[in-house]
Amino acid sequence: MYRKAMLTAAAVALAVAGLATSAAAQQRDYIQIVGSSTVYPFTTVVAEQFGKTTKFKTPKVESTGSGGGLKLFCAGVGVEHPDLTNSSRRIKNTEVERCGKNGVKEIVELKVGYDGIAVANSKKSKALSLTPRDLFLALAKDVPANADGSKRQANPHKTWKDVNPKLPALKIEVLGPPPTSGTRDAFVELVMDAGCKEFAAIEKMSKQPRRAACRTMREDGHFVEAGENDNLIVQKLDANPDAFGIFGFSFLDQNTDKLQGASINGVKPEFETIADGSYPVSRPLYVYIKKAHLDVISGMREFLAEYTSEKAWGEDGYLSDKGLIPMPKQERQQFSSDVKNLKNLAL
Amino acid sequence: MATPPKSTIERVRATLARRNRAERRFKNLGRAAVLLGLVFLVLMFVNIISTGYPAFWQTYVKLPVYFDPQVVDPQGNRDRETLGSADYGALVKASVRSLFPEVEGRRDRRDVAKLASRGTVFQLRRMVLADPSLVGVRTEIWVPVDDDYDMLHKGNVDRTLPEADRRLSDRKIGWFDRLIAEGRIESRFNATFFQAGDSREPELAGIWGAAMGSFFMLVVTLSLSFPLGVATAVYLEEFAPRNRVTSLIEVNINNLAAVPSIVFGLLGLAVFINLFGLPRSAPLVGGLVLTLMTLPTIIIAGRAALTSVPPSIREAALGIGASKLQMIVHHVLPLAMPGMLTGTIIGMARALGETAPLLMIGMVAFVVDIPQSVTDAATALPVQIFLWLDSPERAFVERASAAIMVLLAFLIAMNALAIVLRRRFERRW
Repeated sequence: MYRKAMLTAAAVALAVAGLATSAAAQQRDYIQIVGSSTVYPFTTVVAEQFGKTTKFKTPKVESTGSGGGLKLFCAGVGVEHPDLTNSSRRIKNTEVERCGKNGVKEIVELKVGYDGIAVANSKKSKALSLTPRDLFLALAKDVPANADGSKRQANPHKTWKDVNPKLPALKIEVLGPPPTSGTRDAFVELVMDAGCKEFAAIEKMSKQPRRAACRTMREDGHFVEAGENDNLIVQKLDANPDAFGIFGFSFLDQNTDKLQGASINGVKPEFETIADGSYPVSRPLYVYIKKAHLDVISGMREFLAEYTSEKAWGEDGYLSDKGLIPMPKQERQQFSSDVKNLKNLAL
Repeated sequence: MATPPKSTIERVRATLARRNRAERRFKNLGRAAVLLGLVFLVLMFVNIISTGYPAFWQTYVKLPVYFDPQVVDPQGNRDRETLGSADYGALVKASVRSLFPEVEGRRDRRDVAKLASRGTVFQLRRMVLADPSLVGVRTEIWVPVDDDYDMLHKGNVDRTLPEADRRLSDRKIGWFDRLIAEGRIESRFNATFFQAGDSREPELAGIWGAAMGSFFMLVVTLSLSFPLGVATAVYLEEFAPRNRVTSLIEVNINNLAAVPSIVFGLLGLAVFINLFGLPRSAPLVGGLVLTLMTLPTIIIAGRAALTSVPPSIREAALGIGASKLQMIVHHVLPLAMPGMLTGTIIGMARALGETAPLLMIGMVAFVVDIPQSVTDAATALPVQIFLWLDSPERAFVERASAAIMVLLAFLIAMNALAIVLRRRFERRW
């Protein structure tokens, strides 16, 4: 009896191994999407809508981060490689080159909308009004020791009052995303660089040292890298009213009963202020399309048509319900026609 | 003057109190440790169950629906293509607005239509496609409400907060309260949660897709790792000579059992996906990776079970003329099997709860369609929990806790099975 059991087990194992080899040659009948965790909540809504209202299968959307997604996207052409990738930043020149080397020569760029980055704290505490300069002075590793920034010192600021006498004497404690995150990239670019610009001597430095001076975050416990999970930051802020968090606007939007966003340059992070561009910390979100797959994978054109339809990304579309800030009408029309005409990416 | 030597009993008495105290201290310390462990366990359960319990209920609203032929089938020829692509959203909007005829203004009319879940559109479409004779019919159907209202009905929205601080304005709460007063709101068992795949709408999201993904993965893992593990254990324990090579293998197996699971994910990505060209996100690859991970556990448990079979059994079998293989297959293996099975089940339970290696092979994905085979795109239960906890919608937190409860139930069942097997079949010599 045991011999029989062993024989059956061996047969099953062989069958599985056989399946493994046959699966390799299989044709893919669904769209494969990878990329940014910030764009993930939006692309998945479109994917679900698409899968449930058309004859096509629901696309599979992986959350790999912008950089990881572009790496997979650029790995080559063929059914084993993804068709689309989400990105919370624009594709880089080096990435286009890598794509080209692997045969991915034609890429179409689709901007899908905007996302705001909020600096928020618990409602139990006071709301602050900050400027990029305040945030730079509070969070950079080295800060200017004199007015024009020609001398620099390790960041001595312990409270917000040290940074700007108008702010309360609240301990600086900011939870933010790690360097691998697209949110972090956008934050340093939009806030830290802008704060840096106000110091003439730093502004005059050459590119590399200037970047190091502006973009290095402090590591003495006042800025804490809290991981990629924004919900975790939200929970931590609720438990610790003194702390601030840096995360995507949609999480602030879903937690308005617990959190409040700090004004940046006097503008509060709100749907309308991000849409009209008056809130300074917002970034575009992209989807990149592999042209060579358009006629190989069924449903790709229809999926893109769904994504660029007014009922999805329009002002009253279902994506805006999920927290995506729509582009102005003209921009929407332009990107929609670019995608329809498959205009190649030009950096 | 020297003291007279103490008698034994005196020496015992002198230290008795101290030794008794030491024993009590140790016992109390042990109790405190157990108690501390229990307190944390209870805290975890209370936290998960109290958050996750409401997810097993879903708020439904009764909608009067008119399957308007003008919208659904303007030509009237019941063509499936037309029926499939009709604007069911318009039906839902018309239906909700008919409950609130007084609501005016573009924004309010739009908001009121969002009372019903976005899934209502798909539900109506399915109904019509399944039964085209519904076109032109007026009926009342129960549909899930949007997750914000579901949270309100479950008491997760604090009505005392100022209006600006809530996800739902006073108007919206007013609409909902009116529906309650009209008897159109009902809390029902959330069957969707156990039948559906993932969704971006919390009220439509379910764990069935993830559960099937986990199931396929465990089938692959079990069918590969059990025979391989048992064969390896038997060979190493019964046949292999004791020399440098085998002891090197032994050290390596013990080492592998302690390797962090993410490493197996990296290996899986490099070998199974990049080298063999297997599809990403498939339970097949997940199962293969988990096989690598559980093999050492099964081999170690199997060898321990084999060594615990007393040599007298082997000698008796050999003594009456059995060959070595007969001795193993007829006598040793049956006696060692309960121990091996226990090890296997514990290994499987560990594989079920594993996420880290799955990150690398693309199983952290949004998969709506229920996987039908080991090569379909799928995700797994613990990954689903991770994805839901990462979503901004508040209602997903409770769904995630409910999914944790389901996962824990599976794990407890598997471990209980292991204990039962051990109790029932284990023999002591």
